[in-house]
Amino acid sequence: MSGVNRISGAGRLTPARSARFTFDGRTLTALEGDTVASALIANDIHLVGRSFKYHRPRGILSAGAEEPNALLDVARDAARRQPNVRATVQEVFDGMKVSSQNRWPSLAFDIGGFNDLLSPFFAAGFYYKTFMWPKAAWHKLYEPFIRRAAGLGVAPTEADPDHYSSRYVHCDVLVVGAGIAGLAAALAAAKAGAKVILCDEQPGVGGALHYDSGTVIDGKPGYDWAQATGKALAAMDNVTLLTRTTAFGYYNHNFVGLVERVTDHLASPEKSLPRERLWQVRAKKVILANGAIERHMVFANNDRPGIMLASAGRTYLNHFGVAVGKRVGVYTAHDSAYEAAFDLKKAGVTVAAIVDCREKPGEAVLAKARELGIEVLAGHSVVNTTGKLRIASINVARNGGGASRKIAVDALLVSAGWTPSVHLFSQSRGKVKFDASTERFLPGTYAQECLSVGACNGTDDLQATIDEALAAGELAARAAGAEGGAQVTLTGRNAFEWTGGMHGAAEGAGADTTVKAFIDFQHDVCAKDIRLAVREGMHSIEHIKRFTTNGMASDQGKLSNMHGLAIAAEALGKEIPAVGLTTFRQPYTPVTFGTIVSHSRGSLFDPARKTPMHAWEEAHGAEFEDVGNWKRAWFYPQAGEDMHEAVARECKTVRDVAGVFDASTLGKIEVVGPDAAKFLNLMYTNAWDNLKPGRCRYGIMLREDGFIYDDGVVGRMAEDRFHVTTTTGGAPRVLQHMEDYLQTEFPHLKVWLTSTTEQWAVIAVQGPKAREIIAPLVEGIDLSNGAFPHMSVAEGKICGVPTRLFRMSFTGELGFEVNVPADYGQAVWEAIWARAEPMGACAYGTETMHVLRAEKGYIIVGQDTDGTVTPHDAGLSWAVSKKKPDFVGIRGLTRPDLVKEGRKQLVGLLTKDPKVVLEEGAQIVADPNEPKPMTMLGHVTSSYWSSNCGRSIALALVAGGQARLGQTLYVPMADRTIAVEVSDMVFFDKEGGRLHG
Amino acid sequence: MLLIYCPYCEEERSELEFRNGGDAHIARPTNMAEISDEEFEAYFFLRDNPKGVIFERWRHVHGCGRFFNAARDTISDRFLTTYKAGEPKPDLNEKPKTGAEVETYEALEGAAQ
Amino acid sequence: MRKYSVFAVAREALRGHKGWGPHWASPEPRKQYDVIIIGGGGHGLGAAYYLAKEHGITNVAVLEKGWIGGGNTGRNTTIIRSNYLYEESMDIYEHSLKLWENLSQDLNYNVMYSPRGVMMLSHNIHDQQSFKRHINANRLYGIDNEWLTPEQAKAYCPPLDIAKTARYPVNGAALQRRGGTARHDAVAWGYARAASDRGVHIIQNCEVTGIRRDETGRVTGVDTNRGFIGAKKIGISAAGHTSTLMQMVDVRVPLQSQPLQALVSEPLKPIFPCVVMSNSVHAYISQSDKGEFVIGAGTDQYNSYSQTGGLQIITHTLDAICELFPMFRRVKMMRQWGGIVDVTQDRSPIQGVTPVPGLYLNAGWGTGGFKATPGSANLFAHLIARGEPHRLAAGLTLERFRTGRLIDEAAAAAVAH
Repeated sequence: MSGVNRISGAGRLTPARSARFTFDGRTLTALEGDTVASALIANDIHLVGRSFKYHRPRGILSAGAEEPNALLDVARDAARRQPNVRATVQEVFDGMKVSSQNRWPSLAFDIGGFNDLLSPFFAAGFYYKTFMWPKAAWHKLYEPFIRRAAGLGVAPTEADPDHYSSRYVHCDVLVVGAGIAGLAAALAAAKAGAKVILCDEQPGVGGALHYDSGTVIDGKPGYDWAQATGKALAAMDNVTLLTRTTAFGYYNHNFVGLVERVTDHLASPEKSLPRERLWQVRAKKVILANGAIERHMVFANNDRPGIMLASAGRTYLNHFGVAVGKRVGVYTAHDSAYEAAFDLKKAGVTVAAIVDCREKPGEAVLAKARELGIEVLAGHSVVNTTGKLRIASINVARNGGGASRKIAVDALLVSAGWTPSVHLFSQSRGKVKFDASTERFLPGTYAQECLSVGACNGTDDLQATIDEALAAGELAARAAGAEGGAQVTLTGRNAFEWTGGMHGAAEGAGADTTVKAFIDFQHDVCAKDIRLAVREGMHSIEHIKRFTTNGMASDQGKLSNMHGLAIAAEALGKEIPAVGLTTFRQPYTPVTFGTIVSHSRGSLFDPARKTPMHAWEEAHGAEFEDVGNWKRAWFYPQAGEDMHEAVARECKTVRDVAGVFDASTLGKIEVVGPDAAKFLNLMYTNAWDNLKPGRCRYGIMLREDGFIYDDGVVGRMAEDRFHVTTTTGGAPRVLQHMEDYLQTEFPHLKVWLTSTTEQWAVIAVQGPKAREIIAPLVEGIDLSNGAFPHMSVAEGKICGVPTRLFRMSFTGELGFEVNVPADYGQAVWEAIWARAEPMGACAYGTETMHVLRAEKGYIIVGQDTDGTVTPHDAGLSWAVSKKKPDFVGIRGLTRPDLVKEGRKQLVGLLTKDPKVVLEEGAQIVADPNEPKPMTMLGHVTSSYWSSNCGRSIALALVAGGQARLGQTLYVPMADRTIAVEVSDMVFFDKEGGRLHG
Repeated sequence: MLLIYCPYCEEERSELEFRNGGDAHIARPTNMAEISDEEFEAYFFLRDNPKGVIFERWRHVHGCGRFFNAARDTISDRFLTTYKAGEPKPDLNEKPKTGAEVETYEALEGAAQ
Repeated sequence: MRKYSVFAVAREALRGHKGWGPHWASPEPRKQYDVIIIGGGGHGLGAAYYLAKEHGITNVAVLEKGWIGGGNTGRNTTIIRSNYLYEESMDIYEHSLKLWENLSQDLNYNVMYSPRGVMMLSHNIHDQQSFKRHINANRLYGIDNEWLTPEQAKAYCPPLDIAKTARYPVNGAALQRRGGTARHDAVAWGYARAASDRGVHIIQNCEVTGIRRDETGRVTGVDTNRGFIGAKKIGISAAGHTSTLMQMVDVRVPLQSQPLQALVSEPLKPIFPCVVMSNSVHAYISQSDKGEFVIGAGTDQYNSYSQTGGLQIITHTLDAICELFPMFRRVKMMRQWGGIVDVTQDRSPIQGVTPVPGLYLNAGWGTGGFKATPGSANLFAHLIARGEPHRLAAGLTLERFRTGRLIDEAAAAAVAH
């Protein structure tokens, strides 16, 4: 038995196929195709949750995505636990564990329910007026208390083991919603030959036909027509039909995000399947067939479990074969709810009464009610309800007062009418217009290539909906360029025409300030709260929303916004459109972070870049550091060494013997063309005309504002060809910067730029024995000092492989940088290593490189400079040409503040105690006893223990630094103050003789 | 995500392939070294930042690599046209579609009284 | 003004809260004010409050074209901190933080300033150098900011993944314990209420369409959709509209307006005790009192006044969040939105006089405007009242774009949120 409320013969599920699940530990049986909500109701469970603020018992209100109450925790296993799942959307699978939320110790007895008694105190916005004393108590006492009470579900605590996928697709026509209108539009578009995507959030097509019982289309019962049409569409090559797929966001330029729930309804999904799939659709035309959402009635204690939307009651009956109660009342302001009563009555359920707050319900439904023997109380209202954990009775009174009558019910179906779903239309930034005759916001002016059809467009009549949808489908297809196919015609009729509808508080919710007539169930916002907000001066609908939190819960006001607006309008004495509308934002329903992230996680989050020698470095025990998105060998610890010892050894070895260093990550740009030198003249501060082919030069690149942007060595390979190097992190932006100027400012120059960073592996061999190491491997290049002095470049071969060999140094030693095609990088490295290792040389990493260059006072852009440093500040005035009429940054450099006295300049710092190594980032002062805030002169940019100098060394930016050489300054740390002496920046081999060794 | 027509590739491509390059038609002074501080400030820092049609640069960085110009409405984010670098500022003689018919969130949220 | 307190709330609870009056009055505009402030966000309302409270200037109107607090004040991720690098920045943000600490009491309005700590994650040596530079500078200035090891960071924020195998492992963090969050709407409403109580006129739905000047060039008032309103002095504090307003006096400013996006998750029980930011992976996150994760994303790359942006910006941010907190992959995004940020080239604000006599400018706060609200408002009031900047805002003037004395927080840290 799949529940006591299951009616044999009713509904569209297959009785033979059942599934078992637990709810708060209790094992229940469902039918395949049940939602959690339908299965719970089948088992006579309406109480499923507690509200946010007052912890009031709450039941299932709807049968769809608009559900504000029935938010449950659904688990497949410990790591696959999902809070805040809408029971009305989640399908049951065998073995699922469902738990209620926001209650302790149990759903039936929740201590938090005490809040309900205190609710007079907890009026809207009360927290702005109190909890201010004593001062620290907000953060320490009140806030933690409020936070514990708030929130709904419990966040997952384990990493999500599921995976997600994402795809980009293009189509001619995207149809959102596969109800009558969506199916018809998709059919027309598809038959016209357009490439169509049709999506719907439900497991099957049909939309409103899920609850319907009397509609006939194309001679078939509506639901059957929908299934047949869905099947026909799915079989067409030019149609993609996506069910369980929500269009959650309409973004710029007809970009629509869809999320497809792939496995959450399966008992044992295949491992290869993603849990959810993100579809990023770019459509030429979008047809919105989102339908409408039924509103609840606003009256006193309208939130008891067992009270639900009339259409939901019909869905549970007609689709799931479940009666929502044994004695059901109906309270409505709209004809549609009558049909719920008719269907229930026909299924053998007692209908206690139809209470209609209108004096004049639609005649057709009234006649039918009479025929079925259902009592109709027109011009009456439900003024209160009773029942603790489930509705027990309603109090009904004639409008305008008088005695009330108590009617026992165990469920109450309500309808205040239907709100067209203009969410996606509004997200597309179309302008909604208020239709005064039907009191609803409808699509007005379109901003993007889309059309709304059917209920979301305010089209009520069935045939009109069909005709409108068919026309829109064909129009969209034609506009997207489709040329094939025949026109489609369809006829349909429904059982009753509907009239009616109301907004805001019904009679009996009154102007009373104590009545709890809920508008926003999840956030416990009542009609009185809206009125209070208006009294407190909140006159904009946004203010009212924010003050009361109406519409800010996870359903984003799908049920509550129009009611709130109407009550506000009444309180303000204004028309609804004059009050405005709160904003529809993406997403339509909540979207899993993991789905949006999709593949971009772990190693694919930001794929690491590795050099051709990475495997060798790993095999030789290198530790790596992240530089940009590169992994760079940091140091090579030998057995028993810590980082400090390894670096000290590497530093010493390079200067005593030699070292081999992987410099492949340096950015490289090939600058070629007859005007290449002219171009570089403009891009760098240096002059390039006089650089001879075969020579290289250190260059500085500025932004137009005069600050250092990048640096690197540039080799002239030929008159018209330069090999430019950049910093590791700077390569892409330097290329962008160069392309920008070349294409837009200096397009007359004949120059071509090519990124060659990945083309070359770069092996730096540095140290007194560098020449000896590589010489036997090199062919065609005379490596002698005379033929190949410092700052030379030549092409030849190494190990039989073509090379661009640079004689250059970032260590102050005799040095070479061997560029070879990347594919040969590791082989050449190994050949060099095979010679280097027996000589006592080492492989060294970036840390040693940093120390060695600091010993020589060579700067690292981005570490010793920070985007506010000029070449003059960095002691690089020699590299700024005084003869060139122009280069990027020439004018920026001469602005008043950049030529002022006292700018921060790079200098060396020597601690008075040579053993003390300063902290990088430490601040420097002249007077260590000055009270705070102290006058800071600058900061330490680089600081190391130098085994070669036998002491610590540091570089620092210091105000007026050049004029302070020899001065004593102070570095106040948290625990002590360190005295330092300002020095020049070269700490080792001041004469520079070793370069030319 | 915008959809951008590259006038070199003659195709509409996703914004992911492009990088915005700031205002178009700001010529770098040819006598750069001689301009005044005020002129430099105007050239490098001051911008119209229009609420309405902006002339801006884009680079099809993950495509052809070319810089080109566009006229776009900064209220609706709609492109009026794109054109190759070096071409003159187009005369948008038919009154450009501005944001008037597009819903801004500010407008949507309506009045405050 | 009726004083707010637990006793007042209790009294009203007994009579259905019928006794509360409007937070602020909604008068008809006068013909003439001493000071008009254009822009009813936190900065503008606060400036009006401080003009009245500290400078005795009460003939003041705040003109708001929509609803107060509806711009970036109501659309941001509410982070408060003062651990900036440059002295000009520390001056104003620390001034602001000190005001935050007493703001609820000062305004008699609970703005819910919650010093739960702002933790900035370091992922590499460059981050570490940068954060140490901040920490040292902050300490010598007198601002709290401390270095945490990865283990200490995890202890402070248990959901944090500090695995060494992460793509960008956490190698430490800088923590400002006095940093935290506040309730954004409450800031606008609290200032509005307190200013209104001191006689300031708050005029909503009043859009400025022109700024009038006399023959000497001095401002005389503004044209609005509700007619001309005279003023001796005008302050512009209208993020997202600054360029448009300054065009009315033919002054170009160094600003670009871009969409800045943010999102919130569905509400969940408390699990996230502080604010976490990561510049390297571009994410910042906290959990609101309602239980939503509040997540800040980046700016779209182009100028726009649309208050919307692309999904790819949100995606990039969630990529980072889920790397730092893999357990949050199953959490759901409930709402995303955009604001308009006015961004300067050095990512620092502009506050100062303009070339137009009587016209004062407060703009360019980029992504840092909310945390600066009390400090900026307080110093803007001083500027308007005295006609010259307060010592603590002296470096923020427009002049720096001519002289080159930029305050480049952007260069000092990859992102300056």
